[in-house]
Amino acid sequence: MSLATQTRPLTRREWLLSDRPQSRLQARLGRAYMTWRRFSANRLAVVGLLILLGLCIVAAFADLLAPHSPVIGNLAGARLLPPGSEGYLLGTDDQGRDILSRLIYGSRLTLAVVVLVAIIAAPVGLVVGAAAGYAGGWIDAVLMRITDIFLAFPKLVLALAFVAALGPGIENAVIAIAITSWPPYARIARAETLTLRNSDYIAAVRLMGASPTRIVLRHVMPMCMSSLIVRVTLDMAGIILTAAGLGFLGLGAQPPLPEWGAMIASGRRFILDQWWVATMPGIAILVVSLGFNLLGDGLRDALDPRESGQ
Amino acid sequence: MSMSDTVRMSGRRRARSRKAVATVLQFLVVVATTYLGLLAVTFFIGRVIPIDPALAVLGDRAPQHLVERTREAMGLNLPLYQQFLLYCRQALSGDFGVSVLTTNPVMTDIRRVFPATIELATLGTLIGALIGVPLGVLAAVKRGSIADQIVRVIGLVGYSVPIFWLALLALLVFYARLKWVAYPGRIDVVYEYTFSPITGLYLVDALWQRQWDVLRDVFRHIILPASLLGYFSLAYISRMTRSFMLNELQQEYIVAARAKGLSEARIIWGHALRNAAVPLVTVIALSYASLLEGSVLTETVFAWPGLGLYITNSLQNADMNAVLGGTIIIGSVFIGINLLSDLLYRTLDPRTRAR
Repeated sequence: MSLATQTRPLTRREWLLSDRPQSRLQARLGRAYMTWRRFSANRLAVVGLLILLGLCIVAAFADLLAPHSPVIGNLAGARLLPPGSEGYLLGTDDQGRDILSRLIYGSRLTLAVVVLVAIIAAPVGLVVGAAAGYAGGWIDAVLMRITDIFLAFPKLVLALAFVAALGPGIENAVIAIAITSWPPYARIARAETLTLRNSDYIAAVRLMGASPTRIVLRHVMPMCMSSLIVRVTLDMAGIILTAAGLGFLGLGAQPPLPEWGAMIASGRRFILDQWWVATMPGIAILVVSLGFNLLGDGLRDALDPRESGQ
Repeated sequence: MSMSDTVRMSGRRRARSRKAVATVLQFLVVVATTYLGLLAVTFFIGRVIPIDPALAVLGDRAPQHLVERTREAMGLNLPLYQQFLLYCRQALSGDFGVSVLTTNPVMTDIRRVFPATIELATLGTLIGALIGVPLGVLAAVKRGSIADQIVRVIGLVGYSVPIFWLALLALLVFYARLKWVAYPGRIDVVYEYTFSPITGLYLVDALWQRQWDVLRDVFRHIILPASLLGYFSLAYISRMTRSFMLNELQQEYIVAARAKGLSEARIIWGHALRNAAVPLVTVIALSYASLLEGSVLTETVFAWPGLGLYITNSLQNADMNAVLGGTIIIGSVFIGINLLSDLLYRTLDPRTRAR
């Protein structure tokens, strides 16, 4: 029977959707394909993905894309030119710098902040949550109490205070945001771990003699990843807004770095006459954080069908 | 009623009261540890991170004997845990030190500026709830329609837009171009000296004293920042309302109500929303707390003399006492509202009551 079905070569789609995968790779690709189908059916989510791909490309090729220097302006001949001026598509700021070029280079800073916060805060939350959920008992109680305490704090104000103590700068802004944003990840990881810890495969691994550390690291944490990725993506917009807010207050990236929030702050003085100086970076922030929100919503629907629909 | 019944009843009642006591105790432990955590973090920020807090107060070039005296006065020569105990005792009695910038005790300053923030956040939450809840209900009832899509976009943009940027644009459009609202600030200079507030909530004060022209002026100042904050809480409230309502509308009691022949309006507003209202109270409380915090950026743009502007001004002048005092106050209110909404949820929802 299997010989008879094997006579006709499988199409790629059939190979992917086979319910009897021949290898681990095939099974994995098949699942990825299903997820992708669910994800790409959501048109807005694809828009979000495209926005973020665009951001990555712009950040990577900033040197090629930017028509002018982001920090050295033309003070003599190009101060506060309106958008559409020759050679300056989005106009120039008070130092004669091309706003478009600054936005292009600023995408690097935005991306850097987002990635750094994610790789600091998400693993911390994951470890705390998985350890608390798996260990249970007083370890769980203590870790979760700490998490809840941090969760009850006002994030922006606490980040402000941290930056005030550490001194302004983009690295300190990243640290401050990371310190205030790990608790939700711990909560999620703990919830996932609690549903996993009594499952059969964990019992099997334990019977084979795996240490608790190994179980948590190799068998529990990977299962928490999908819900964690969704949450991190949804949080990205908030992180960008917080970073921009810190920049706006002069506590994030320092001049002449083309950070978008700081650019809005510097354009604030001319808002009534030269509106574009402050407006353009705001649009960039809006578009990017919208992209993260759309992508996050789409990922949640695709990876976590339980919560979707509402 | 037989004897055994009475015994069982009193036993149950005792069990229930024991449970209630346990709940209250648990709640108190949560309050205490959370507040202690807040104090620990602010202590860490103010006393541990700076290399020498005395220098942070005096500046780098202070003479040695002055530094020594300040260190002694600030208790910096004590072991860290004693410093923390001292810090806690001072903070709990409302003593956050003296602001370097204004030379007043920080608590006096905060008492002066806090009503402005409260007024702004309260009006913002009112706007957000009064518009957000109906919008969410509409989106849930007409799920998938154009109205639903529009509400979704409004919410998404609210989640994605930088508030200070939107505030700047709003100033540009509604103040500079259209001249619909007054310039940044809280009240016109003309009234600044003739109007004597009692509570510090200018709208209430003006209403109380029947100073209608002041009321109009105050309203023209507050409406734009309050609407902006309202928009942000609207984004959150409408999204949550929609999801709660969708959940309720799927329940069987809705089908039963329809079968009884109740009008659709009665079903939606009388039955479904009433049940969705319990979690909604929590959502609105949380959005109020986040507006108190979110006002930091808005107040800066609108020159609104509230706690947010106080904190940012102090930040820019490295006035750490004021920053930490403000942080503790906002943090306390934030924690308080968080826990209160939790408690409210438990008392309002009969299902979560101790059985």
